[in-house]
Amino acid sequence: MGKATVIPFGPQHPVLPEPLHLDLVVEDETVIEAIPQIGFIHRGLEKLVETRDFNQFVYVAERICGICAFGHSMGYAETIERLMEVEIPRRSEYLRVIWHEMSRIHSHLLWMGLAADAFGFESLFMHCWRLRERVLDLFEATTGGRVIFSVVKVGGVTRDMTADQLERIKTTLEGIKGEYAQICKAFLNDTSVKNRTVGIGTISEADARAQCMVGPFARASNFDNDIRALGNGAYGDLEDFSPILDTQGDCYARVKVRALEVVQAIDIINELIAKIPAGDVAVEVKGAPAEGAQTSNVLEQPRGECYYYALGNGTKNLERMRMRTPTSQNIAGMTTALAGCDLADVNMIVLTIDPCISCTER
Amino acid sequence: MSYLTKSPWVIHYDASSCNGCDIEVLAALCPGYDVERFGIINTGNPKHADIFLVTGSVNEQNIHVIKEIYDQMIEPKVVVACGVCACSAGIFHDCYNVIGGVDQAIPVDVYAPGCAVRPEAIIDAVVQGLGVLDEKAKALKAQKKGA
Repeated sequence: MGKATVIPFGPQHPVLPEPLHLDLVVEDETVIEAIPQIGFIHRGLEKLVETRDFNQFVYVAERICGICAFGHSMGYAETIERLMEVEIPRRSEYLRVIWHEMSRIHSHLLWMGLAADAFGFESLFMHCWRLRERVLDLFEATTGGRVIFSVVKVGGVTRDMTADQLERIKTTLEGIKGEYAQICKAFLNDTSVKNRTVGIGTISEADARAQCMVGPFARASNFDNDIRALGNGAYGDLEDFSPILDTQGDCYARVKVRALEVVQAIDIINELIAKIPAGDVAVEVKGAPAEGAQTSNVLEQPRGECYYYALGNGTKNLERMRMRTPTSQNIAGMTTALAGCDLADVNMIVLTIDPCISCTER
Repeated sequence: MSYLTKSPWVIHYDASSCNGCDIEVLAALCPGYDVERFGIINTGNPKHADIFLVTGSVNEQNIHVIKEIYDQMIEPKVVVACGVCACSAGIFHDCYNVIGGVDQAIPVDVYAPGCAVRPEAIIDAVVQGLGVLDEKAKALKAQKKGA
């Protein structure tokens, strides 16, 4: 064994679209320890609840993260509705879940592309992003935005979808399925891809539980914690929902869980489109959260469980808004997976937790 | 700008963006908009890059990173501020940890507004940036001849 050396990784690094700094303590080619340093994207937006009223803050919440944008606006709006005991129309709950599952498809395809880029499979990266553009086109047709939608409000959603639009979503997603199956084949069966993923960065189920990991990262280690199974909102109307799990806990398992979740999301959307009730899409919300009223809420984002907490003070502004986002839960798991890995595998392991730094730091 | 003899390479850094603009920068390079067909490549190395695409606003933690990347880039270089946060800090302008737009840290040549900035706007800004790059290259050449 050689002497320990520290290699700085990030914040500007080709594999990371976002700034994250890791001090990699290496001995020869083996990583002994990874020490993360964050704070490059910290804006301090939770404090903005003091100057923006609870209706305006939906748009701030949406900009916590551009990839999980819809999820954050939905999670925040649900929290405020729970805080103020507002019942929203069933149709708007369905629309929210349809959009949220579309975000999951776009987020997972984005991630699969970045993973392909990380192991140097450039054409696979391009194919993932090509399919993702078709999902973004659907978003643009139904909300007007590609990544930031501003379609959720406290009390429902601001836009309805016509029958034509719902039909278009259905046919487009069905059309994607065939091409997506080919991409999956490359991810799951290709030998050169498997060489980079199988047996790399393994996390045991016990570790996953001990470190409170969330999302596909935890589910790949057989830790079942899919919040969608609780049946909040329109998720409760699904015929049957079983989370996708894997037992291996390595990079390959994490790729596999996300790959299968895309197909699952398409099925959820199809089921909800078939069942969507008619009616209004929003109710008027009057007044303000009562003083001392507090509530919490959880939502399964593409990256895992996101927790929201709100405390009212009798005015239009909240006293406190707190989020606990999936990546901040997963950083501990990431450093565990990095300990003992080869230096060349660092980028794969960092990517397979699907880090979303702007969520983490807010 | 009527023609270019060389394809510019870009470097992208996420200052404190929400990711929305970052994924649009990548989307501009990928199928759909596909500027890579013109040889515009996203490089991770500041020394290889001609155009610096910055997304998000500047904060205390990343201001030195932005300056460092800018300093490492070789003249002539162009900075494009992508998205309203990079232009003026946008919706986060009164957050306690936000200093302001990217022009608080380094000189910006082209501003591309939008939340999130659309890939078309990024491409438009880069094309404008090419004009600036051309002028800067000519000025450098003239300076060398004069010296």
